[in-house]
Amino acid sequence: MSVFILITLVVIVFGIIYQIAKASEYAAVLNGEEKVKQQTNKLMASLLVAFFLLGMYGIVKCHTALMKHMIPESASVEGVGFDSMFTTTLIVTGIVFVITQTLLFWFVYKYQSRPGSKAAFISHNNKLELIWTTIPAIVMAGLVVIGLKNWITITSPAPKDAQIVEVVGKQFNWLIRYPGKDGVLGKRDFRKISDENNVLGLDWNDKDNKDDIISQNGELHIVVNKPVKLIIGSRDVIHDVGLPHFRMKMDAVPGIATTIWFTPRYTTAEMKVKTNNPDFVYEISCDQMCGKGHYSMRGTVIVETQAEHDAWLAKQQSYWDVNNAPATPAADTAAVASTTMNN
Amino acid sequence: MNNEAMLHDATHASHHDHGHEHHEQHFITKYIFSQDHKMIAKQFLITGIIWAVIGALMSVFFRLQLGFPDKTFPIMEKFLGEWAKGGKLNPEFYYALVTMHGTILVFFVLTAGLSGTFSNLLIPLQVGARDMASPFMNMLSYWFFFTASVFMFISLFIETGPASGGWTTYPPLSALKEASMGSGLGMDLWLTSMALFVVSSLLGGLNYIATVLNMRTTGMTMTRMPLTIWAFFFTAVLGVLSFPVLLSGFVLLIFDRNFGTSFYLSEIFIGGRALPNVGGSAILYQHLFWFLGHPEVYIIMLPGMGMASEILSNNSRKPIFGYLAMVISLIGITVLAFLVWAHHMFVTGMSPFLGSIFVLLTLLIAVPSAVKVFNWLTTIWKGNLRFTVGMLFALGFVSLFISGGLTGIFLGNSALDIHLHDTYFVVAHFHIVMGVSAFFGMFAGIYHWFPKMFGRFMNNTLGYIHFFITIIGAYLIFWPMHYEGVAGMPRRYYDFSAWQSFNSFQGLNAFISVVTIIVFFAQILFVVNFFVSIFRGKKVTTQNPWSSPTLEWTTPIHPGHGNWDGPIPTVYRWAYDYKDNGEGGDFIAQNVPLKEGEEAH
Repeated sequence: MSVFILITLVVIVFGIIYQIAKASEYAAVLNGEEKVKQQTNKLMASLLVAFFLLGMYGIVKCHTALMKHMIPESASVEGVGFDSMFTTTLIVTGIVFVITQTLLFWFVYKYQSRPGSKAAFISHNNKLELIWTTIPAIVMAGLVVIGLKNWITITSPAPKDAQIVEVVGKQFNWLIRYPGKDGVLGKRDFRKISDENNVLGLDWNDKDNKDDIISQNGELHIVVNKPVKLIIGSRDVIHDVGLPHFRMKMDAVPGIATTIWFTPRYTTAEMKVKTNNPDFVYEISCDQMCGKGHYSMRGTVIVETQAEHDAWLAKQQSYWDVNNAPATPAADTAAVASTTMNN
Repeated sequence: MNNEAMLHDATHASHHDHGHEHHEQHFITKYIFSQDHKMIAKQFLITGIIWAVIGALMSVFFRLQLGFPDKTFPIMEKFLGEWAKGGKLNPEFYYALVTMHGTILVFFVLTAGLSGTFSNLLIPLQVGARDMASPFMNMLSYWFFFTASVFMFISLFIETGPASGGWTTYPPLSALKEASMGSGLGMDLWLTSMALFVVSSLLGGLNYIATVLNMRTTGMTMTRMPLTIWAFFFTAVLGVLSFPVLLSGFVLLIFDRNFGTSFYLSEIFIGGRALPNVGGSAILYQHLFWFLGHPEVYIIMLPGMGMASEILSNNSRKPIFGYLAMVISLIGITVLAFLVWAHHMFVTGMSPFLGSIFVLLTLLIAVPSAVKVFNWLTTIWKGNLRFTVGMLFALGFVSLFISGGLTGIFLGNSALDIHLHDTYFVVAHFHIVMGVSAFFGMFAGIYHWFPKMFGRFMNNTLGYIHFFITIIGAYLIFWPMHYEGVAGMPRRYYDFSAWQSFNSFQGLNAFISVVTIIVFFAQILFVVNFFVSIFRGKKVTTQNPWSSPTLEWTTPIHPGHGNWDGPIPTVYRWAYDYKDNGEGGDFIAQNVPLKEGEEAH
């Protein structure tokens, strides 16, 4: 019932606004249409300029108001290039923005129709076209060069001494696997996955798996100033490992392993001081829509010193040890089940 | 049917209509299964408006959730029932709303509602044709769109809700019923609807191309066509070449969903079991999708560009600056539009080398876009500017196109995209450039050609109010979102309160939501103005109310089927002859023969 009342109210309000607007048109006819047209034209030109000036003021206000909410400078060595490139692009586009918008609204005011005014007949100017085709092309070429330079840095193979960690997304949390003492991640097979005792489907016939550590609380422990290479995968749908503080991002695609690598610059403890926030924590966000819990797929990154990291690692139990009971029978059942399905 | 036969036939039909026999057209053939391009245009427009209201209302609902995550809005329960129990949006349905908002606005409003309306209305009128090359196909195009609409509409009311995997519906999320509720029946309906939509687009597009190429009146060479027609032509070319690829992507998805194939599925463990599918690639779908998806952006932008060019020139009383450059830049955009799709996929793990190629091609597209902006600016330079509502929207279009276009330079550069990808920066970018800006082109077109469509004017005062609320609101909503994006705030999040990195923007989100609601009501004001003006608006009393040289204004105020009562006018000059006609007028219509000694442009 209240919906109907609401709709009726809305209809009445709009009806009234329409009638007022309509009356203003009739008034225009009474006052002489030409004169009203001229007045309106003048009013609109002024309003557009007012919009422009207020808008420019608003941009400055918006900037000062929001800058304090921005994330701190890049926490990875590779992301520093992002920060400087972002600034460069911002300056270039900012200049173009101000020039073109100013011209637009300046022309609006300057060339508004006035009694007796006439337009010039100017149809084209090839020289101008050539100039304003070439200049953007050169500027774009410059931005492409900077961009590709950074792109190559980011996408180049990870240094050989990089720490290797596997990050696997599932609806709706992150599973993180460390290679353990041997430094090698063992093979895994999605058919062997079991939510009870083999969340990543580790193949227990591969001895490399025996010392692998799996953390299911979404905490990624990495070492400051040491490159880390993430091997990214997904168990179900596409997810995305978003590391805003490190300026990194990579999709987690089922069936395809993707990688990124970066070198953290500040430990979590250092960031707490830097940001004046005793609760500071690096977060991993899922940046690819993955279902109803997408917004809650949160992980954290703990950047620590080598000593702290070693101490932490020493306390971890390998996944094999955690699931002391032999997992082989379960894996077998899964394999049988999948064979049956294939038939 | 060849051009002459067609013309002969149509002339005949027209004589028939206006002859002494006075055959009244039946209601059904006149208003429902009409083959008159003008009526079909109105059908597309009104269906588009209805969808736009639905799509915009959805955005109000999910903005309420984003702006005020800890409050409840019992009114939402009235609209959404179980989906908003106690006035709090269910996360599953939040994603359904986001998905539907995108699908509806991108495809049903800004593709069908925009080029469906104006290509239909303006192509025959501006090139001097009695109707489309195939009026019957044209009718089919609308009814396929209508059927697509019905399927999409039904999907809003089913128990498991409509598709909820984002408007891009990436598999495996959209392929597996276990992955989300919307991936069940809702997704089937979505795919059916979209397949029908593709058919509608192709029928329409082929018709537009054929009409522009074959049905031009005597003297209407390609270079005498108004830029609107060039824009609609390339829009149709883009659609015809890219929609089939989208359809193929959908067909494979239908197979994966229903027939056990593994085109997109590989090594998946979901719902407590491992699926048998191996060897597919989820990224393949993204290639197929974006091969349409990116040209689609230009399918949305080009009509706005064309109409803004026309309206800016007309209301500056000055020829469009650099007509040829404008055409060439349209060609440039059309060609490049096919070569940049993978810039949506920089972070999918694709080959970095391939990524670099797409960076280069993507930033290249900024050049023709810049050329267009400079030409628009020079068009109003030294003009005699008349601020009709249509003109204001055209100017707003340019302003928004600049703002939204420039942020594309950030996103097109992979090294920047790696941080900005899928954040609010992207949301801000595409809403300004292909959402609001395209809408401004559409509004400009509606206000400008409303007199031709209905023989009446829309109310100006309401139009001005609509313009200022919308442009101020659009900037207030989307400008601050760039900051959220730079801070890394991901898009498609239902609630940010658990996130330390992003929850400091809560106040801003609330502000944006409030502005959204105000802007929504300003659009309702437009809708009221539109429908009331059809019946009550000020009547058009002169044949050419905007003093425009183009052919649509040489038809009667209420053109019948066949457009011109007598023979189709012959064209002698280009569409932008805004010069002294020797009798105190400031333009010369295209159908006025050259004076002695006068040179054609």
